[in-house]
This record gives sequence, structure tokens and C-alpha cells, in this order.
Amino acid sequence: MDITNYVVLAAVLFAIGATTVLLRRNAIVVFMGVELMLNATNLAFVTFARMHGDLTGQVLAFFVMVVAAAEVVVGLAIIVTIFRTRRSASVDDVNLLRG
Amino acid sequence: MTPAGLEISGGETVLFWVIAPLMVLAALGLLFVKRAVHAAMCLVFVMVSMAILYIAQEAPFLGVVQVVVYTGAVMMLFLFVLMLVGVDASDSLTETIRGQRWIGVLIGIGLAVILGGVVANATFPPAAGLGGGDPGGVANPQALARVLFGDYVLAMEAVGVLLVTAAVGALVLTHRRRLTPKQTQESVADRRIKALPDGVVLTPLPPPGVYARSNAMDTPALGPDGEQVPQSVSRVLRIRGQERPAPEGPAVVVSTSSTRGATSSTPESERDA
Repeated sequence: MDITNYVVLAAVLFAIGATTVLLRRNAIVVFMGVELMLNATNLAFVTFARMHGDLTGQVLAFFVMVVAAAEVVVGLAIIVTIFRTRRSASVDDVNLLRG
Repeated sequence: MTPAGLEISGGETVLFWVIAPLMVLAALGLLFVKRAVHAAMCLVFVMVSMAILYIAQEAPFLGVVQVVVYTGAVMMLFLFVLMLVGVDASDSLTETIRGQRWIGVLIGIGLAVILGGVVANATFPPAAGLGGGDPGGVANPQALARVLFGDYVLAMEAVGVLLVTAAVGALVLTHRRRLTPKQTQESVADRRIKALPDGVVLTPLPPPGVYARSNAMDTPALGPDGEQVPQSVSRVLRIRGQERPAPEGPAVVVSTSSTRGATSSTPESERDA
């Protein structure tokens, strides 16, 4: 097996995550799509670290994880706040924000 | 680092071909599953599988962090928020932008094709590997820590600040301002005493009646005057009309004990027995 297979898997997962962000309406599921994309990039990082024999890729994957954790905390807090005022977690209703 | 390059073992090949299709299936579940909770479970599966792949790819530390941070913390946070928002908050399927679904599918497939094309056309160097099998290899957490706290120590500090900021930000965002003054025991007592002229009872409500053949919550107690006390039955039962009348009427109470004493079921005779 070629190590490139891991990169292909990461690309497929990234595309699925991006499609989730585009298609789903529930803000929480959209957020899960973002998480899937972050995970796919992490897999690519780890694979490239192994491919080049350099640990920097793993360090970057680690930083991506930490930043993703911070992003999830703030994002979910925003979703909860929007849900409190709008009683809905649908991303379509957020166009009420304007005006 | 092995100079001879990386040989991927047969076991890892099998692992990859078992896990990768399952991961793609679970990720597709994220796309097609109706309920948000099921989508979260699909994502948990993807993340655990990803941790297995990390460990197979000579990144044991990242594998453990993946399980702890993603499946342990992030996905549980997702589930918490799902519980807050309501589990049955499923998607509405009405399109607000016409043709958005097909455009989204098209863009997703296009992205997959472009990424696949880039990966297929790129020439990768022969895989070097991290020497995970060697005792002197760099694929251990100590080596990772040396890079993390050596070359990237400033980024590490910045990430710490970022985490604290995120925690404070979440607190501020979910903080709810108090619109009415806080109710204390004293203020509640004052309010009830102030409402005394309107017929509010200060004392606790009387308990339901206890009789020989019934001591359920739906039978009203009898007052000292022999009348039924409606407040002794729960308000909900009264509104539903589910209260039962007291076993005998008030006539039992006003009668003397010599005539009715043997068969009466008044509270007085109950207490004597």
C-alpha cells in the first residue's frame, strides 16, 4: 500500500465535510462538518509528517486540535445564544440578523 | 529515521482498508442522517477511527489526544448543546434558496475531484517514516515534546492564551443578564403578607382527608364545621375534575356518636379507632 492512500482518504473526508457545511441547515450539524474538515487536515498533516520523517507535521496537527477546541467552545456558545433568542438552530433563520 | 525508507506492513494495509471505508461511510452519515444526535454519533466514530489511524501512522501521542480532546471533550460538548437545544431539532427540508442542494452537491463533488486530482498529480518523495520501530526513532512523545517546547514554545504560549480567552468568551456569550430583581425568602414573605387582604392564606394548605376507606390525595378533608375544604385537594386534580367527594357528608359530623358511631367514617371516629 502506498502512503498516498492516507492523503486520498483525508481529501475525501474534507470534501464530505465541506458538502455537509453547504447542505445541512442545522447549525450544530454544520459545525460538525467544520470539525470533520479540521480532522481531515490533521490526518493529512500526520501523513505528511510520516512521509517526510519530520515531526513538525505532528506539532501542527496538535495546534490545529487545540485551536479547534477553542473554536468549538466559542461556536457552540454562539449557537446556544442564538437559540435562546430565536428558539431555532437553523442557519436559514440567521438572516434575521440583518436590519 | 530509517534511511532505507518506509515499508508499510501488511497489517497496516489491512487496517487501512478496513477502517477507511467505514470512516467514509460514517462521514457520509453526517451528510444524510436526519437527526443531529445520530450525526454526532457518526462523527464520534470517524474521530475514534482517526485516532486509530494516527497510532498506526507513528503518532501515538496525537492518537491519544484525538480520543481525549475530540471524542472526549468536543463531541460531548456537542451532545450537551444538542440536549440544550432539543434532541428532536431536526432539519427543515424546505429550500430557502432555490437549487441550493444541487449546487452544494456539485461544489462538494468538484472539491473532491480537485483535491483528488492534486493528490494524484503530485509527486511525493519516497516515504521516509519516523522510525517508529527503532528505539532511537523520533516517533515518541518525548521527541514531539522537544519540538513543541523547543521550536514552537512561543506558539504554545499563544495557544494557552487562546484557550483562556475562549473559555472567558464562552462564559460571556452564554451569560444571561438578570432582568428582574432576585427573589429572596424575605421578599417572598413580604409579598405574601402584602397580599393578605386579597384572601391569600399564609399558612400551608390543609392536607387531604384521611378516612377509613380512603386516604388518597383526591378526597378533600373536612373542616371543623363539617364542610369539605377544597384547598386540601391538589389544584391540578381540582382543575381536571378528578377529586372525589368525602365519603360521608357533613351530616355524619353533626350527628351524635351514639346513633352513627358504629358505621361512621368521620375523621373523629377514625382517630379513636
